[in-house]
Amino acid sequence: MMDFSYSEEQELLRNSVARFLADNYSFEIFRKVSRGEPGWRREVWKQFAELGLLGASIPEQHGGLGGGPVETMIVMEAFGRALVLEPYVPTVVIAGHLIGRVGSEAQKSEWLPRIASGDAVIAFAFAEPQGRYNLADLGTVASKRGGGYVLNGQKAVVIGAPFADALVVTARTSGERRDAKGVSVFLVDGRAKGISRRDYPTMDGLRASEITFENVELTSENLIGAADEGLPLIEEATDQAIAAHCAEALGAMRVMQESTIEYAKTRKQFGVPIGKFQVLQHRMVDMFMAVEQSASMVLMVTLKLGERADARKKAASAAKVQIGKAGRFVGQSAVQIHGGIGVTDELALGHYFKRVTMLDALYGNVDHHLARYASLQPTSGNQ
Amino acid sequence: MDLTFSPEEEAFRAEVRSFIADHLPAHLKGRIRRDLGRKEDYLAWHRELYRKGWVAPSWPKEYGGTGWTVTERYIFNEECARAETPPILPFGVSMVAPVIYTFGNEAQKKKFLPRILSGDDWWCQGYSEPGAGSDLANLKTRAVRDGDHYIVNGQKTWTTLAQFADWIFCLVRTDPNVKPQEGITFLLIDMKSPGITVKPIIVLDGVREVNEVFFDDVRVPAENRVGEENQGWTYAKFLLLHERSGIAGVARSKKAIERLREIAAAEQVDGTPLIETDEFARKVAEVEIDLTALEFTELRTLAAEAKGKPPGPESSILKIKGTEIQQRITELTLEAVGTYAYPDAHAFGDNEYPVGPENAVGAAGVYFNMRKASIYGGSNEIQRNIIAKAVLGL
Repeated sequence: MMDFSYSEEQELLRNSVARFLADNYSFEIFRKVSRGEPGWRREVWKQFAELGLLGASIPEQHGGLGGGPVETMIVMEAFGRALVLEPYVPTVVIAGHLIGRVGSEAQKSEWLPRIASGDAVIAFAFAEPQGRYNLADLGTVASKRGGGYVLNGQKAVVIGAPFADALVVTARTSGERRDAKGVSVFLVDGRAKGISRRDYPTMDGLRASEITFENVELTSENLIGAADEGLPLIEEATDQAIAAHCAEALGAMRVMQESTIEYAKTRKQFGVPIGKFQVLQHRMVDMFMAVEQSASMVLMVTLKLGERADARKKAASAAKVQIGKAGRFVGQSAVQIHGGIGVTDELALGHYFKRVTMLDALYGNVDHHLARYASLQPTSGNQ
Repeated sequence: MDLTFSPEEEAFRAEVRSFIADHLPAHLKGRIRRDLGRKEDYLAWHRELYRKGWVAPSWPKEYGGTGWTVTERYIFNEECARAETPPILPFGVSMVAPVIYTFGNEAQKKKFLPRILSGDDWWCQGYSEPGAGSDLANLKTRAVRDGDHYIVNGQKTWTTLAQFADWIFCLVRTDPNVKPQEGITFLLIDMKSPGITVKPIIVLDGVREVNEVFFDDVRVPAENRVGEENQGWTYAKFLLLHERSGIAGVARSKKAIERLREIAAAEQVDGTPLIETDEFARKVAEVEIDLTALEFTELRTLAAEAKGKPPGPESSILKIKGTEIQQRITELTLEAVGTYAYPDAHAFGDNEYPVGPENAVGAAGVYFNMRKASIYGGSNEIQRNIIAKAVLGL
């Protein structure tokens, strides 16, 4: 117990992803790609596959490396440091996890190798305009017709959808709008008839879409897992995604903290480096503590993803609250200590600030997760 | 990466738990939480652990340590907190003893360590002075060499439980003509020495927790100097770092949150338990989440320690966050008890029922008392200075 060290393979993964990003993912490239079309790089995605990043958490028999949450954490922290644009979480963490966990044998053998090899990009269409952070608040309906379903509804802010080959879509197959039962998960071809998209860039340089489904015809083979029983599945998948994004936010926060300290050591005012002023020193120490506490929470949630549902949810919510608060504090402080240059588009800092700020609004913000955490049974004090 | 306990570690936990169940007298359970307790309350538990050989888990085995792994020590602390045992006071076991076995000579080790272990000697800490708080190196208590003795004159303050103490370890000035840090010596002084006067200081909850200690021509044998003359600052710094592990108080804070939940479950707001109101439930959730982060920060430190990396200045984070959380819990507990925060618990005699619900007793006192936590042991602002300088390089 109490071992936080990486295995040899994990250490290798960490080094190779860091080296690859240092060579291929500079801030200038990030800015150029995020502002151009199509807003991501397929060749980089293929290189991720060659490095084993896309298959890191996919079972070996399906072309992956058979890793788990720790591998995802390693990759995502590095991605956070480099502001990676490619849709890793929806493709690998959400779709890879759902298909690997409850997909049919046909779905596994069709999709998992394609994910690992970089031949498939999958987006996660779960949010709806009226639903806020409630995963069960679904206006999108899949009605039974013959042996299949007909899908109608609208999905909001589907990250990576403009270049996705397929979509994981949550829809109601029975019950009332917010019922826990009656939620189903479908894997839908991104070019299926009846899908229309409005694509747009996000504040942090990603691409997303508003998606309308109009009488999209599905068969039962599009269903991932059992009909009507999808909510626990997507809760589990989104908790995995939360852990991954917390690691990403950690990577971004570390960059903000490091560059702020660097700046405070070199920027002179009143004849001395501004890092000599105690009021700024203490703020930077508070940033340091927020980042370290976040690093602890990333480990915590990563190591608890395999626990039973209540413990896993508490862990994910706790991590999301910590990272949400820390992200805001570290980002705002970093900009403040940089002064005027901190609010310019030219400096990388602001782009990290944006990435971390936006992540709070994904899969539930601080308030949402505080409420979810408080609603779950307290874990007993010591054992 | 792994956080699961091995079967051996689980068996160890069971052993500790049953030992505590069998040996902790019922009247001592939670006693120190309710008030400061009597000397005998601390010593009773100290002696139980001494008889078992468990009083100083962090010491090297040759001096009476347990030889436990970092994980076993962690489990032991958790179980003590869970059972609300009296604490083992740090001044002897975890402050002066490591200085003695690291820097002291053989005679000192032989003379002092066994009596610290057995509880025969009660130690207190002579660091702070009226003019040397955060600026500790500015201390003025003077020790002048006179043959085989030092003559000590001056005053120490904030000396915790000095009224019970047999010995005091002191930082004294032996050279006033050099940089403040370079003229300090570490002395062990018998509290029965002629010329020592102890005066009580009453703190916010009305108890005598700390004292002033006056030295008036006190003769201290030179053999009671630890290490070299004028090297005391080095030993003091060593002690400060050594004391970091455990300072987070995670296990005891978990217990305190459990009690806070009980109180808030019994309090009613318009017929609803306070703990079920959104506002209060979220406040409790927030502090619990903070504590979870701190727990893993401590685990990371311990895991590094298990691999041979001694705690560094970054462990100041454990002191800052640990005390902030402890204070926040006392604040929420004070809020939770409502109007019954008012009665002064000390106004009721030992054999008298206090007014109000049992769990409200002392809530306000503990809140006021715990304001000390962000001040002692190097104030949280000083801790931030340490991190700024030693970790961030500012």
